Parts: sequence; structure tokens; C-alpha cells
Amino acid sequence: MNEIQELYQQVILDHNKNPRNFGELPQHSHYAEGHNPLCGDHIDVYLDIENDIIKDLRFVGAGCAISKASASIMTTLLKGKNVAEARELFHEFHKIVTTDIQQNIDELDLGKLAVFCGVREFPARVKCASLAWHTLIQALDNAQNSKN
Amino acid sequence: MNEYTLDQYNECVETDCDPYNIKGIREDFPILKTLVHGKPLVYLDNAATTHKPRQVINAVNAFYAEYNSNIHRGVHKLSQIATDKYEDARRTVKSFINAKHLEEIIFTSGTTDSINLVVSSYGRKFLKEGDNVIISTMEHHSNIVPWQMLREEKNIELRVIPIDENGDLIFDEFVKLIDENTKFVSVTHISNALGTVNPIKHIIEKAHESNIPVLIDGAQSVHHTKIDVQYLDCDFFVFSGHKIYGPTGIGILYGKKEFLEKMPPHKGGGDMILSVRFDRTIYNDLPYKFEAGTPNIAGAIGLAEAIKYIDDICIKVIARHENELLNYATNLINELDGVRIIGNARNKSSVISFVMDNAHPHDIGTMLDIDGVAIRTGHHCAEPVMRRYKIPATARASFGLYNTKEEIDVLINSIIKVNKMFS
Ligand SMILES: Cc1ncc(COP(=O)(O)O)c(C=O)c1O
Repeated sequence: MNEIQELYQQVILDHNKNPRNFGELPQHSHYAEGHNPLCGDHIDVYLDIENDIIKDLRFVGAGCAISKASASIMTTLLKGKNVAEARELFHEFHKIVTTDIQQNIDELDLGKLAVFCGVREFPARVKCASLAWHTLIQALDNAQNSKN
Repeated sequence: MNEYTLDQYNECVETDCDPYNIKGIREDFPILKTLVHGKPLVYLDNAATTHKPRQVINAVNAFYAEYNSNIHRGVHKLSQIATDKYEDARRTVKSFINAKHLEEIIFTSGTTDSINLVVSSYGRKFLKEGDNVIISTMEHHSNIVPWQMLREEKNIELRVIPIDENGDLIFDEFVKLIDENTKFVSVTHISNALGTVNPIKHIIEKAHESNIPVLIDGAQSVHHTKIDVQYLDCDFFVFSGHKIYGPTGIGILYGKKEFLEKMPPHKGGGDMILSVRFDRTIYNDLPYKFEAGTPNIAGAIGLAEAIKYIDDICIKVIARHENELLNYATNLINELDGVRIIGNARNKSSVISFVMDNAHPHDIGTMLDIDGVAIRTGHHCAEPVMRRYKIPATARASFGLYNTKEEIDVLINSIIKVNKMFS
């Protein structure tokens, strides 16, 4: 695989075209809005958390394939997880996209997040991949920040 | 309407110009030999900044290696040489834009700095609550934000000339915005996001009917079209060195003497004074009144060299070359499925902003980069333009004097690849 195919893997192209959990979530307990001023990417993340469990989450956003796929994959990974697990996944994701290219990450351990390994080759795109996750953390941190 | 256009203004009467020697020109730019991801660099981001010919690089080098010194401050030999070169550079700029007086040329750090100078000196002194300033939808942020800062301080009003779907200024709307409280007009000559060439001669004439001063942002124009500030009769004209094949960190504010003379200095320090006492300081004359502190000496010298480089090739010939590239690329892009050009103004400079149905500009940028093609993606510091077209961003290819049709072919093939990948 060359670096561009590694960046735009089928999974990413597919999530870009058919994003999962796309749309508003009227019944939400947590919400945050993320913005990447550099490229104009914008995302809203909605969560419905009950008894520390993420019962549902959805996102709305306009952005590049990397940011959209990242948001979509994030929502599929987090449904049913508790808040601590969500934060743990964020850290793993962060490690994947920021670890030095020279260093080998054991891809087998990463599950679905492995598709984002290719992002490391494109430092300019790390922000795109991270936008949804940072917005998620912001939503979790701002428990009060409900849109309604 | 008697349009002020690139074509008319730059009628290619080439009697005094040599034919376009693209091969020789490309040899002058060392960076064009760079490989990017193993591919030859195809640099199509000239509206952001241009590359520098070795003549400019050598001139900057020579300053530091051979006569580095501060200016206007020493009796020693090197200081004298540096001062002479710096003032020679001012003369070169003066004749480049055909200013009437040498002291109308102020060295700044760039377009942004020049606009801020005018706003904070002229704007603060002469504008007051209730006055309005007219700008346009297609301004770069650097011709929006300084005025907004003044608005916060002075309670002035900002009025914005709308643009139509093609990206042309709606001149009639401009006329309607003018009233007895309009005290300044500040517009760009050429839009960096759309390539639109504005009818600035008409804008200036119209504003002057009501004695309103006009600033023209020439960041995207001085290297594409011959500028004659006396013919245009603009009151201020600003541009950056780095966009016209010169160094970064240097730019120009041209202002009519009668305006500059009545404007207070915006910065205090060395060089801008004649005499300093604790009870009273006397400011220096123009242009030094606005050049406080040690300036970018190497930058000024490099800028002069860039201007000489442009003059040697002949700006009319450059304009024709870039126009050919623009037409060639526009036709090819228009044939592609799922690609739409944003900005189809009647008169355009060599800038093509485009969006694709299936791919976000950011993805286009990354895909092209892998093929060695450098373009700009994003809002181009012109968010109001993006909002006007209801898009978050565009991909933008902009051509300079060293670009070729072969490079545009590489661009087109790369866009076709993007289409395949994301369809
Ligand atoms: C039309 C226009 N105005 C102003 C600027 C700002 O120039 P600088 O960043 O050199 O100050 C730019 C640069 O992108 C521009 O294109």
C-alpha cells in the first residue's frame, strides 16, 4: 500500500460516503461544538448518557473525508461504552495519530482504530482526524453545555 | 461602463519586450528543482506566496555577507552602502508604481501592516462616530479586521459592497452605499479567493466625486498588472514583497503626500524623530515618520531586486503568459465532471478556486500533494466569500510567471484521480 491508499482506506472512504449516526440527537444530555478554523471543518457532537453509559450519540458536520470518517467510526465505537472507557479510547486514538512514524504501532491491538495509522504520514491532517474526538471530550467535560 | 481591465490596461504592445523564455525563467528559481514525495514540484500556490529567483536570494545574501549595517545612523562605510541600497530600493518601488514623490513610499512589513498603519493613523485621527467605511465582500481578512477594530473604538459603521454569483462586485450597490457620512473606501484590486479583478479606476472616480479617500489592496495585483498610482489616482496603495517574488516581511504603503503629511505617526521610536527631549519631540519628515525602528533592510533590497526581475521580463508579457495559463486551466477544469469553479468574474487574474461534488478541498489538497502539486485549500482568509457561496472552503490553484501548461496537465490528471478515489 502506498501512503495515500493507507490514508484513504476503504473503511474511511465508506464512512465518508455513508456516515453512521449522522444527524442531530434531540434527546441528549451532552453536547459540544467543534471547529477547525484552519480548514473550516465544523462538527456538533450529541450524547445521551444515562447512569454513566453512552446510550446514544450522533454527530452533524461538514468536513473532509478524514474528519467525517473519524467522527462516524467514533460513534460506532462508543455506543454502549461508559464514560471512562470513552476517555480511554480517546487516549488510544490520540496515540495512534501522533506517534512518530518511525515507531511501529502493533496494529493488531488497535481494532477499528487501526485505519487511522496512515494519518501519521500527514501531519497536516492529524487535526482533521482528531476533531471529533476532541469535541467528544469537550462534550463530556461540559456536562452543563446542553444545546437545548 | 468603461471597464478598467487587465486586458485593456496591459495591452500587449510588446515592441520593447523579449519573447517569453520560460525555460530560462524556471532556471532562475532554485526551488523549482525540488522533488515532493519523489515527484517534481508543481507549485500552484502563488496567491499565497511566490518563490524567489536567485537574483533576489543573492541580493539578500549579499547584504548580510558583504555590507550588513544599520542605516541612517553611521558615518562608516558599510552603513553608507546599506543606506544607499535601502534608499535605492525606495526609488525602485517609486518608479514601479509611478508614484509622484519618493517620500510617498513607506516600507512596512507587508500588506497587513500597511492597512493597519492607515487604519490606526488616518482612521483614528480623522474618523469619528457615525462615519462609515466601505469595503467589499471579497476582502482579505486583513482589510476587514483592522476596520472592525476601529469600529469598536470609534463606533464607526462598516458597509460592505455585495458581489454577484460570478464573483463580480455589484457596482450599483457600491454607489448606493455612499452617503454624506462615508469617509473612506478600502477595497481590493484583485480577490485572492476568486481572482476577480475589480474596476478600481471607477471605484476611485466615484468615491472622489464625494471627496472620499480610497485605499487599494494591491497584494494580488502589482505583479500581474502594471500599476500607475497617478493614473489610478488612488490615495493609498498597499502590497507585500513576498507575493511578487520578493522576500517575506517587507511590504509597501504608498500614500499621497497630502494624506501622509497630515497623518500622525502610528509607532514611536528611532528614525521617526528629528529631535527628542522629554518635554517635546519633533517627528521626522516623510517617509521616516512612518518607519520607526530598524527596518527590514535586507527585505527592502530583496524587494527592489524582485521588481527589477519583473521589469526585466516585462509585466505585460507576464500578464499574457498567466492569462494563457488561466484560460487553458479553466477550459480543462470546466470539462471535468463533478468539479465546479467558484468565481467566474468578467475579468480574472490567474486564480482558480474550485470545489468537487465528492471530495472536500482538504482531501483534494492531500491527494494533489502526493503528486507534487501544491495548491491552497481552505477559506483563504476570506471567510465572507465562503459564506457568500455557502461553502466551507475551496481548493485554489494560482499561477505565477514560472508555471507551464505541462504543470496544469499534472494538476488536471491529479484532480481526475481524486474524482476516481471519492466517487
Ligand atoms: C488580497 C490580499 N490582501 C492582503 C493579504 C495579506 O498579505 P500579507 O499576509 O502579506 O500581509 C493577502 C495575502 O494573502 C491578499 O491576498
